[in-house]
Amino acid sequence: MRVSLTWLREYVDFDLAPEELAHRLTMAGLEVSGIERIGGEWDNILVGSVARLGPHPNADRLRLATVDTGAEQVEVVCGAPNVAPGQKIVFARAGARLTHPETGERETLKAARIRGVVSNGMICSERELGLGDDHDGILVLPDDAVPGAALEDYLGDVILDVEVTANRPDCLSMLGVAWEVAALTGNPVRMPSTEYAAEGDPITTADLVDLRAPELVPRYTSALVTGITVGPAPGWMQLRLQAAGVRPISNVVDITNYVMLETGQPLHAFDRAALAGGRLIVRRATTDEPLTTLDGRAHTLSTEDLVIADENGPVGLGGIMGGENSEVSDSTRDIILESASFDFANTRRTVQRHRIEVGGKRGTEASQRFERNLPITLPPVGLRRAAKMLVELCGGVAAQGIADDWPGRHEPATVTMTSERMRNVLGMDPGLETSARTLRSLGFDVSVADGPDGAYTITATVPPWRTDIGIADDLIEEVARIIGYDAIPVTLLPPTGEPDVPDPLTRLKDDVRDALARLGNQETISYPLVPMELLRTTIPGDAPQDPLRVWNRMSPDQEYLRTTLRGSLLRTLATNERGIGRESYRLFEIGQAYLPRGPRHQPEERTYVCGVLAGARAARSWIGGNAAAPDEMDFFDAKGLVESLLETINVRARYEAADDRILAHGRTARILAEDENRPIGVLGEVHPDTLAALDIRASRVVLYEIDLQAALSHREERDRAWQPVSRYPGLRRELALLVDETSPAGAVADIIRNFPSVMTSALVDVYQGPQVPDGQKSLAFSLVWQSPMRTLTDHEVDVAQAQLLDKLRRETGAVLRS
Amino acid sequence: MSTLTDELIDVETRALEELGRVADVDALEQWRVTYQGRRHGRLPNLLERLPALPVEERREAGRQANRVRSALESAYTERRAALERAHVTQRLSAEAIDVTLPGRRAHSGGLHPTTRTLREIIEAFRPMGFRVVEGPEVEWDYYNFEALNIPADHPARDQWDTLWLDSEDDEGKRPLLLRTHTSPMQVRVMEAQQPPVRVLVPGRVFRHEATDASHESVFFQVEGLAVDRGVTFADLKGTLYTFARRMFGPDRRVRFRCDFFPFVEPGVDMAIDCFGCRGAGCRTCGQSGWLEIMGAGMVHPGVLKRVGYDPDIYTGFAFGMGPERIAMLRHGIDDIRHFYANDLGFLEQF
Ligand SMILES: [Zn+2]
Repeated sequence: MRVSLTWLREYVDFDLAPEELAHRLTMAGLEVSGIERIGGEWDNILVGSVARLGPHPNADRLRLATVDTGAEQVEVVCGAPNVAPGQKIVFARAGARLTHPETGERETLKAARIRGVVSNGMICSERELGLGDDHDGILVLPDDAVPGAALEDYLGDVILDVEVTANRPDCLSMLGVAWEVAALTGNPVRMPSTEYAAEGDPITTADLVDLRAPELVPRYTSALVTGITVGPAPGWMQLRLQAAGVRPISNVVDITNYVMLETGQPLHAFDRAALAGGRLIVRRATTDEPLTTLDGRAHTLSTEDLVIADENGPVGLGGIMGGENSEVSDSTRDIILESASFDFANTRRTVQRHRIEVGGKRGTEASQRFERNLPITLPPVGLRRAAKMLVELCGGVAAQGIADDWPGRHEPATVTMTSERMRNVLGMDPGLETSARTLRSLGFDVSVADGPDGAYTITATVPPWRTDIGIADDLIEEVARIIGYDAIPVTLLPPTGEPDVPDPLTRLKDDVRDALARLGNQETISYPLVPMELLRTTIPGDAPQDPLRVWNRMSPDQEYLRTTLRGSLLRTLATNERGIGRESYRLFEIGQAYLPRGPRHQPEERTYVCGVLAGARAARSWIGGNAAAPDEMDFFDAKGLVESLLETINVRARYEAADDRILAHGRTARILAEDENRPIGVLGEVHPDTLAALDIRASRVVLYEIDLQAALSHREERDRAWQPVSRYPGLRRELALLVDETSPAGAVADIIRNFPSVMTSALVDVYQGPQVPDGQKSLAFSLVWQSPMRTLTDHEVDVAQAQLLDKLRRETGAVLRS
Repeated sequence: MSTLTDELIDVETRALEELGRVADVDALEQWRVTYQGRRHGRLPNLLERLPALPVEERREAGRQANRVRSALESAYTERRAALERAHVTQRLSAEAIDVTLPGRRAHSGGLHPTTRTLREIIEAFRPMGFRVVEGPEVEWDYYNFEALNIPADHPARDQWDTLWLDSEDDEGKRPLLLRTHTSPMQVRVMEAQQPPVRVLVPGRVFRHEATDASHESVFFQVEGLAVDRGVTFADLKGTLYTFARRMFGPDRRVRFRCDFFPFVEPGVDMAIDCFGCRGAGCRTCGQSGWLEIMGAGMVHPGVLKRVGYDPDIYTGFAFGMGPERIAMLRHGIDDIRHFYANDLGFLEQF
């Protein structure tokens, strides 16, 4: 809302500088997002009138104008096509600072000789005054401008751009803002008059309106003004509308806009002669009923829409926009003025359904106000104010009475607040005197009751425009925001004694993040909304559950909630490969997959960590021979990473060969929790077809995915018991075993690792070839045998090793290689 | 004929002379065998003759022999040490490197800037007793709106353009949505526990909004909630002051002004003085000198009633902020869309 300070002063006095006023309004909740100055550098610029106009002796396209400045007559040369005798214009004397119409620079005006004639000043265009872009002709002022007045006094103004929050429809009006200023300054508000002489015949509601959809129009008021003369509105009104950003059209339309800006009540004027039947019908539209609104858009309506109609059909979309057919024209004489309460929800839905917008903003000036639920008491106020202006400014005759088909009666709301509540909410109490005065200054009717020890109770009657006030805490906010939040003390919360540790999953996620970052991986975060194509390409199983779909997607690329993070990571890899790319990628993301649980249920949001590795294991460097094709990362890089990760978060896991739709057969492992054999994730090399489908350049990409909720249930949360370090020397032994080539080495390694007195073991060689029988492979382990109690003898180790070999042979078929 | 003594002195002289010419450890070893070798060394050979000498001569020769032996031994030890020293020095100088060549780097990983900022925010609040909890991103209309005083068709819904899930209830309404803020967790937390409540809720939120340099359709928020007997607006100010100082530095100025959110009353907008201009006005702060970083307020009694808390007994405050905005202000990032485009060139800078 654009608030002209000149206009605002009509309702309230204030002597604050615009910046200070803007600051105080902002602090109190009415944010001023901009301050615009009109004028301010207009020395030597005044209102003038064109007394005479004659030809220039030496130039056809120039003329000599005699300008009356009130005190003197000055002859100037003028080239504007629109200059005419009798016009009120802006006259700049030598010394004025004007904007050059071509360069935009500000220059000082000097008396000059133009084609042989001395010009002692000039008649200015909008652009030269810095008021706008128009330079096609001179700026013609309204007739009521007085020659000799400084332009600054006539046109100068400061406009505050005010952001109005959703709870304050009253501040979409000058009067609403005036009440704020009144409260901040302590000055009273001057309410504009709605009294006028009604000299026409009496009217009844039925003369003007047939209200057939009262459920969508809680209150519909109208008035009849006859015999008006349509023409331009008075200059002061045009200037104020322009300051508010509204284009002046004609006195009738301008009055409805003016009253809307002043009181907040949108109004509409209908040409009675253009209405078939001479009255308005307020009804629901019929199915597929057509209506072309003033903006030229054709709409097909439904019974959900409310229309204003005559006997021939709709003439407007109620509370939103008029139609093309009943607008006021130059020949209009009699007007039915509408001032109503349209149902806020229905207005909102109609605006959404028909995508009504003006200047890129949703809705119209009228609908934006109705959607915020204007007070039910407002329609007759706006109606009378506008009728008064039609009578006084357009020469109309108002019929006696108004049509007001409102069955209800407004009981002003009263709200009670105590000093105790004030202290409970704010932590302070400004005192009875301040609280009561503040509320009164905002238009509340206040009665007070004193209690013991300074306690008090305030009962406040809410002014009708403050539809946002309903409970004691609303009054508390009113007091707090006007005295200023700075007046409230600063205290600290006492300790609660409650635990402040985050929940276990949150902690696990943080631990996984830290571990992976420390192990050289970069965290990424992607949109969880993905296209169907990406899900099809990356879901692990063959039969996907139907992913959840967004009904009003922003784009097809963000239509479905992901059921796996794999696509996100692979796509991030593909995006980063574009251009020159990188030598290697180590990426991960922690986030949710959204697993549907049937319609009308929240999905299961399961937290996964997913990561990819691709590219060179070691950065290309002068160390290591500058290989053009360095070693690429493979399955075992990812496996080592997963092993380190799980060790860090205290989850014991084992691995077994597995198949996965998007991973390569033979290079894929399932990750199982060691204690229960439950799968907690998967890791493997991504199938070349998947890479191709996602336009990934890397030839080998390893992916891992771990279900963190599953991992959490296997996390050892207890502190691990300390193991004493043996003081006795260990014995190192090498063990070369032969096993079937298809037999997993992991099973052999697990038995060795868990065998008593084996302190450490490492698989140091896997070999197939000469000296190893066909169909078998050799596994070489390096073991340290050690006891915490004593020094083991060679003989004891021999015996233990024999037992180990026996167990290995029985359980895996492994034999000692001889 | 020379005496044994003379011969000993002669051997000593020659030996020391030769030792001076020994250039490496092998030659030194050869020298040792020649003069001191147990079997045929020249000194042991002479000493074999000692027992045969007459007594008076033997005493003199014996003394002389001991002296020569220890002289040769210490000359040998000294020479050996010198040669070894020279050897190490030589090896080291042969192994000299260009220390300006780049080293072997470990792979460096990193956390997303949003994660880092969220952690800093959480760490600033944790000492004040705020516990971290998380909630669902797919949410019911009830929790996202209705329970927070935002009924259907309420004009305030415009503040939260919503992505709805394709799912209808019996009345043909769409009850599921992608949460537009983390505030629904206020209701969930209070439904699940009795006061005192003091939680912090980080999480992802969604908006049906065209993206530009300052708008994303998917971003993060951190919500805070404290409810108990006697929690006041003054406590809210104290909590947010403390946060601002920890997060942005001890000399930060803080501004609280009135603002509107349907689920709080009174409502608050908190701003800090602009890093760029320290309050004088610049482009970052839109000439205002202030950077708005969070919305807050006292929990609306209607919200408390809905979760079964008696608003006459319990009061509380809530606040919410966006980590991306804070990261943008701190690092001078001019476009929020960088955050979730996952360009490594961006991510690796943090
Ligand atoms: Zn600034």
